[in-house]
Amino acid sequence: MQEHDLSWVRTEMALAQAAPRSEVGPLAWARKSLFATPVDSALTIIAALALAWALPQMLNWAFFNAVWSGADRTACLTTEQGGFLPAGWTGACWPFIDARLGYFTFGRYPVDERWRVILCGAIFLALLVPLLTPRAPFKRLNAILFFAVFPFIAFFLLLGGYFGLPYVETPLWGGLMVTLVISYVGIVTSLPLGILLALGRRSKMPIVKLLSVIFIETVRGVPLVAVLFMASFMLPLFVPPGMTFDKLLRALIGVALFSSAYMAEVIRGGLQAIPKGQYEGADSLGLGYWQKMGLIVMPQALKLVIPGIVNTFIGLFKDTTLVLIISLFDLLGTVKQSISGDPTWATPQTAKTGYVFAAAVFWIFCFSMSRYSIYMERRLDTGHRK
Amino acid sequence: MKNVLTVALGVTALAFTASVASADTLSDVKAKGFIQCGVNTGLAGFSAPNDKGEWTGLDVDFCRAMAAAIFGDGTKVKFTGLSAKDRFTALQSGEIDVLSRNTTWTVNRDTALGLNFAGVTYFDGQGFMINAKKLPGVNSALQLSGAAVCVQAGTTTELNLADYFKANKMEYNPVVFEKFEEANAAYDAGRCDAYTTDQSGLYAVRLQMSAPDDHVVLPEIISKEPLGPAVRQGDDKWLDIAKWTYYALLNAEEAGITQANVEEMKNSENPDIKRILGVEAETKIGTDLGLDNAWVVNIIKATGNYGEIFERNVGSGSPLKIARGINALWTKGGLQYGMPIR
Repeated sequence: MQEHDLSWVRTEMALAQAAPRSEVGPLAWARKSLFATPVDSALTIIAALALAWALPQMLNWAFFNAVWSGADRTACLTTEQGGFLPAGWTGACWPFIDARLGYFTFGRYPVDERWRVILCGAIFLALLVPLLTPRAPFKRLNAILFFAVFPFIAFFLLLGGYFGLPYVETPLWGGLMVTLVISYVGIVTSLPLGILLALGRRSKMPIVKLLSVIFIETVRGVPLVAVLFMASFMLPLFVPPGMTFDKLLRALIGVALFSSAYMAEVIRGGLQAIPKGQYEGADSLGLGYWQKMGLIVMPQALKLVIPGIVNTFIGLFKDTTLVLIISLFDLLGTVKQSISGDPTWATPQTAKTGYVFAAAVFWIFCFSMSRYSIYMERRLDTGHRK
Repeated sequence: MKNVLTVALGVTALAFTASVASADTLSDVKAKGFIQCGVNTGLAGFSAPNDKGEWTGLDVDFCRAMAAAIFGDGTKVKFTGLSAKDRFTALQSGEIDVLSRNTTWTVNRDTALGLNFAGVTYFDGQGFMINAKKLPGVNSALQLSGAAVCVQAGTTTELNLADYFKANKMEYNPVVFEKFEEANAAYDAGRCDAYTTDQSGLYAVRLQMSAPDDHVVLPEIISKEPLGPAVRQGDDKWLDIAKWTYYALLNAEEAGITQANVEEMKNSENPDIKRILGVEAETKIGTDLGLDNAWVVNIIKATGNYGEIFERNVGSGSPLKIARGINALWTKGGLQYGMPIR
């Protein structure tokens, strides 16, 4: 062993230096993310030009040039159209939305009874928000109230006919209210039904398996529109006259069965991703089938397929617009109806304004669902991160 | 194709329900306490819910008039919004009692589809609208040779258009759209020289144009579209009520009975007015119909006479501002002719 003469030994850490100018700050970020390669640069420039071209127009139309108040169509007309706005003006006609907001929200629900819908919505929110907040207490009670008790409250409150509340038949329901009722029922029934169907399809019992497969494949093989159409126009021909099934009920059943079939396949995907060792581990602990599924397999499988589940929910939410086929008027239906049927607001801008409004409302709901699912995925991500 | 489907569906409907459809709609309606009326889901001036969600329009008011005739109360009616496809099935299956949904009276519907029309509440017809700035000097559809025409797909409108141009040996270039709004926007943007649909619709379309005054509705009517309420075949009593509600509205206008003066008119010495309003001694007109003798009074109180309904919904009192034209009374050069009430 030969000893080296160590003339200098560093005893403390080198002081950290600020990163070079070229690596930090907005300029560096821009260079790295926007102009890294010639292709990137070209794409960035094209995108910037497209934005610069479209964004001012959109903002002008929706905000700066828009009309915000008025009593009828003349508020949104230019001088050459018989109004007071300068010739060549284009902009959103928001007073149309304002005047029709009640109709877009409640449909033909009687004006004096609309407080019931609002109360119902308030209870819904009061139960939903704590349910979605991880830190809020009483989760079990909250879930029971939301999934089991709330439907009855909503049923009696919205339909009425009991406790001195006037009866409001479902043909009078409409607008956002119908969209939310159908979505709620679809979401609340499709998840449990979907889980059962997915388990049924993977079951070793031949009859259960066969029935599940038949149900899932039949429902997935037919367009929702066709089922709604059949239920609405053909069904009345086969039952005695005077006997009518509620249209909304038909839509609810159709949508719920549909989303269950799709949900079942999403969840089956999750079940297939669970390693066999998990099942064997549960078996070796002596757990029964339901314990195994409920405690070991399902929690993992569901967590894996959160994006798929939320995808189905969002699809379901937007599919509710199809009930227009059977003359039920959801949010989009009421907007359409007002555009084509209301001469008080017939202007060149009415149709655009109405559709932009409907799109914005749908976007808010779908985007919230999507953000919440991302939040939940991060929270539950307990070990699969790469 | 759509038409064939409708007929097929309707015939099936007839086959299934002919045996079961009730033959006494009036008793059924009286028992349940309201009329179920099928209307368009949204057609400007004819039927659409207003801001409060109440149905308004010319077709809607006809159903209110019927309700008033039967119950003495124009609010005892429930409306079902129906698409063009499901309207006949709804009537055949008994889901609705009367169909008042801008439905054209044709022989096929009267016979094969098993409907009975009560009258023509609005004489419509397919027409053309052009942009006068773009096509100066055009004042007749016969000058439209070679024009690009915006039209909605799958409607009789499209077929009538083809027939008209063929019959007049003119060339044209159809620009076909699936949806009403698309056709509007394309026409407004100048993609077509002319726009064709029912004349009542043209007035509604014009309201949505960026320069409405530049657009002119040409005088030619290329098809007959008599729109009226229909009921099921096989119930003459119910048909009578629908028919005479319509005639009552016309007779009231002819006699100058309005919503405002109906109470005063009851004291009139004019025998015609006395007969119409059922104040003649020992009158049996109302009871013979199965109604109250004050049926016309009730109708006029609820909706006003035909002229008032027209002006309020599609005429000068509405943004559509459609002139009475052929929908004026026969005494004023129109086609509306109320059979005498006596």
